This record gives sequence, structure tokens and C-alpha cells, in this order.
Amino acid sequence: MRLDIQHIRELFPILHQEVNGKPLVYLDNAATTQKPKQVIDALVNYYELDNSNIHRGAHTLADRATRYYENTRTSIKAFVNALETEEIIFTKGTTESINLVAATFGRKFIGKGDEIIISTLEHHSNIVPWQLLCEEKGAVLKVIPINDEGEIIFEAFEKLLTEKTKLVSVVHVSNALGTINPVKAIIESAHKAGAKVLLDGAQSSSHFKVDVQELNCDFFAFSAHKIYGPTGMGVLYGKRELLEAIPPFQGGGEMIKEVTFEKTTFNDIPFKFEAGTPNIADVIAFDKALTFVNELGKENILMHEDTLLEYATDKLSTIKGFIPIGTAKEKVSVLSFLINGMHPFDVGMMLDAAGIAVRTGHHCTQPLMNRLNIEGTVRASFSVYNTMEEIDRLYDSIRKIAKLKNK
Amino acid sequence: MSDINTIQNEIIEEFEILGDDKESTIYYIMELGEKLVAYPENERTEDNIIKGCQSKVWLTTAYENDTVIFLADSNTDITKGLISLLIRVYSGKKPDDIINSDLYFIDKIGMGNIIGSQRSNGLAAMIKQMKRYALAYQTKSKAL
Ligand SMILES: Cc1ncc(COP(=O)(O)O)c(C=O)c1O
Repeated sequence: MRLDIQHIRELFPILHQEVNGKPLVYLDNAATTQKPKQVIDALVNYYELDNSNIHRGAHTLADRATRYYENTRTSIKAFVNALETEEIIFTKGTTESINLVAATFGRKFIGKGDEIIISTLEHHSNIVPWQLLCEEKGAVLKVIPINDEGEIIFEAFEKLLTEKTKLVSVVHVSNALGTINPVKAIIESAHKAGAKVLLDGAQSSSHFKVDVQELNCDFFAFSAHKIYGPTGMGVLYGKRELLEAIPPFQGGGEMIKEVTFEKTTFNDIPFKFEAGTPNIADVIAFDKALTFVNELGKENILMHEDTLLEYATDKLSTIKGFIPIGTAKEKVSVLSFLINGMHPFDVGMMLDAAGIAVRTGHHCTQPLMNRLNIEGTVRASFSVYNTMEEIDRLYDSIRKIAKLKNK
Repeated sequence: MSDINTIQNEIIEEFEILGDDKESTIYYIMELGEKLVAYPENERTEDNIIKGCQSKVWLTTAYENDTVIFLADSNTDITKGLISLLIRVYSGKKPDDIINSDLYFIDKIGMGNIIGSQRSNGLAAMIKQMKRYALAYQTKSKAL
């Protein structure tokens, strides 16, 4: 189904403004997406009508807030097709979800000499927690190499797997290049070797259908703010038997069954991992973002984003001095590039002056940039509310900028 | 040679002519960067890199006829443009004048709005380092 993009744009108040005297073109969606009116309204409504602490109050507001809060969990279960609602844990975001696994699964199952595998494409938040863990435990971090197109070398990955491999933690879609990793095959091989798999779904979850049962991943982490939802809210999906086998993350209220000074027993999953008063408002508002996505249909969103990416890639490739970075066969929504003779910071600043928001720099993937022998890129990333006209604006500006050094 | 404030006033006038259009202002700053005097390759050292800038900035100095000569470079063109403005104001000036100067042109042309907060921090780091050099020369010349 073809989406009515103009109608969709109407739902996003932020898009209708001028930046530096020009209509805003927002192409920094891989960093965070904008929020539709329904999500913003849900935040206001919560504080105006329903605010109260959840899971413990004996009054009507508390009951209402708890119900809405748990409704989001049910929606997320459907969104990633988890088997059970209890397998959905609320966190602050992808970063916290990954750190949670490192702190709990890592504490229990990673020992001296054990191996963890990540890839060259990882975001820092899927590198640093494992480095910290490996240092603490005397474990070994191994890295899957990539080719010049920005694709994982699968044969090299299989060679890295040993009987000591306890965990493979890889990004589903690269935020810097847009590469879609062959995660199904990675999961199968890892499981054969006896390792568990965590997928960093920060970028994939917004673009295409994720089915954690079909993928058979053990953990899946993502952030609400990249799927039209609020910041400060994210998800960790984990298989029940794993979540039950690992220790709690933080200690405090909510996560306990009974506390005495001698011994504390822990609550059942998912609450075992949700200590303290959670981010109630943002969780509740995220439900509206999911409804927004579901009503449009992920396959329709993807079709539109693919059309934009293809149009942008083809059009910008005609510009003298345009150098695409990351040319994987399987890609989504991200166009990373350099302009010959120019620093990405300068390009980003000139685009900003023209009202076009992109991201420049290393995109929290410094090891990837080192592998590609570059300092950073300019990254345009597309979302459901972007239009062909906006890409024309990007093209016009880039052509003008590139001309400065490519006559 | 004109004094620091005369040069600042010239710069303010030049930017006034550009008007409010951010795009042309940025292009103008980049053009200024292209005219920067070539930086000596043997001074492109780790020690000469200014900390606190997002872009790489190298800064070195010489002391001639009781004045400080600044030479600088950057890996980004816009930063080069900003450097060229600072050099135009400070290079060839006496340490005392540099130390006691008030760089009002930066606020006056609304540089913070033009280059954003990260680059403004970098610019502040550059100015601080230039004043530090001036202070060092002042101390040295007084000791003589
Ligand atoms: C691939 C990837 N992983 C992890 C993260 C971290 O997400 P968050 O900052 O929401 O925790 C991001 C966000 O930029 C990302 O793109």
C-alpha cells in the first residue's frame, strides 16, 4: 500500500518549522526519529489525568496507570513477536539493555578464558560493555571482520566460533552504514557452537518486521526513541529460561518478592529486572508510537524508505566528488558519504545552514571508521515522513557544496 | 599596523554586509580559511594540537620585534576560517595588547549562532591558547 506522506507529515508538529530561514529537512532519523502528535499527547495526558506510581497503589489512578503501562508491554510482545509478555523488560534504551545483559548474563555465565564475539560494525554501546566485562572476568573479545563494502565476512565469523564462545553480540542493522547483517545465519551458527546471541536492534526495529521467535535470538535490544517514541525508554527481550537463569540487574523496590535483613527473594520476570519507579510516562506514550507504526504497516514504511534511499543514492551519485561509504547489497534507510576534499564537519555545517539536518562524525563507531580508514562520514538517514522533494533539496545543497572542491 | 579593536571593527562591518543569511556567512568563513598562510609542516606535531576542539587545530608562534606571530591550521575548512579571523586580530600584536584585549567581535557578529555551541567551545579554547602564548612571551621579555 502506498502511504499518504503528506498526511503523515501533518502528524509531526516539529517538521513544520524553518531552520536558518529555510523549511526544515530532517534527515537524522538514525539518531532519533521525530514524534507524532499522538505520542506527545499521550505524555501530556498521562501527567494531566493518570499520574501515579504503578504496581502498588490501591487506588483508581494507580490501577489505570498500571494497566496502560502493562498494555505497552503487551504491544511490544506483539511488535517483536515474543512468545510471552514476561520476556519483555523495560530499560532506558538499547545501551542499558546491553549493559543489563553484560551485568547479569555476563556475571553468571562468562568466566576466565571464555570468548565473546562482536563485529567491526558495532556501535560503542555494543563494544564497551563487553570490554569492561572481559577485563573483569579475564575473558576474550573477538571481532568479526568486514569487507570494503561494509558487510560482515561470514566465513571469518564461523572461524572465530569455538567451544569457548559464550556469546555473540552483533548489530542487526549498522547505524553508520545501513548494512543489514545476516543475523539468521549468525544465530544458527552460534547456537550450533553452543553460544547465545544478543542482537542490537536499535536500527532494525524501526524499519522492518522483527520476529524474535523466527530469528531465534536469545536477547534483542532496542530503543523507543528511534521508533517515533519518547527518549529514555527501551526494551530488552530475552528468552524466558535465560531471564530466569540470570541474576537481577539492580536492587531496589519492585524487583523483590520479600526482603528481610537475612535474605531477599526476587520477583518473577520481568519485574526482577525493573528495580525502582520506572519511566512510566514514556512507556505509556510508546504504545501510541507502536500503534502509529502498526497502522501504517511496517512493510509500507519499509517500501517508502527503500524508495527514498534508492532515489537519494542514485541522484547523489551523479555529483562530482560524491563518495558513498558503505555499499552493502542489503541496506536500509542510511546514506553515508564523503565529499572529496572536504571534512564531514564542514559539509554538515553547510547543510545545516541550508536547513538540512544530518549527522556527521564517527557515529559512535570509531573502530568501524578506523577499519575504513576515515575519520567519519556525513550521514543522511530517512524515515517515513521524508519526501522526494526533501531529497531534491539535499541533492541541490550537496551539489553546491561539492563544487567548492570538485570543479 | 592597525590595533586590535580597529581590526575587530573591520570584521564586524564585513559580516554586516553578509546580512542574516547563514548559508552565505558559512561560505564566507570557508573562503577566509582558504587564504590562511601555509602552516609549517615541521610544526604539525601532537604538542601543537589545541585540546578542546572537535576539529584538529594546530597552533604555533614566533616572537618578532616584540610582537607575537601566530601560525595555525585545521583539518576542517570552517575552523580554518575562524582561525584566520583570530590570526588577523592577534598576529603581530604585542603580548600586553593581546592579554588585555576584549574580543567583542565574536559576540557582535553572532558567531555562537553561526557555528553552534561545539565549535564555539573550540573557538574559546583557541583564544585561550593564544592568550597563554602571549602571557608566556610577556613573562619571558620581562625576565630579560
Ligand atoms: C546500532 C545502535 N546501537 C545502539 C545505540 C544506542 O542506543 P541508545 O542511545 O538509545 O541507548 C544506537 C543509537 O544510536 C545505535 O544506532
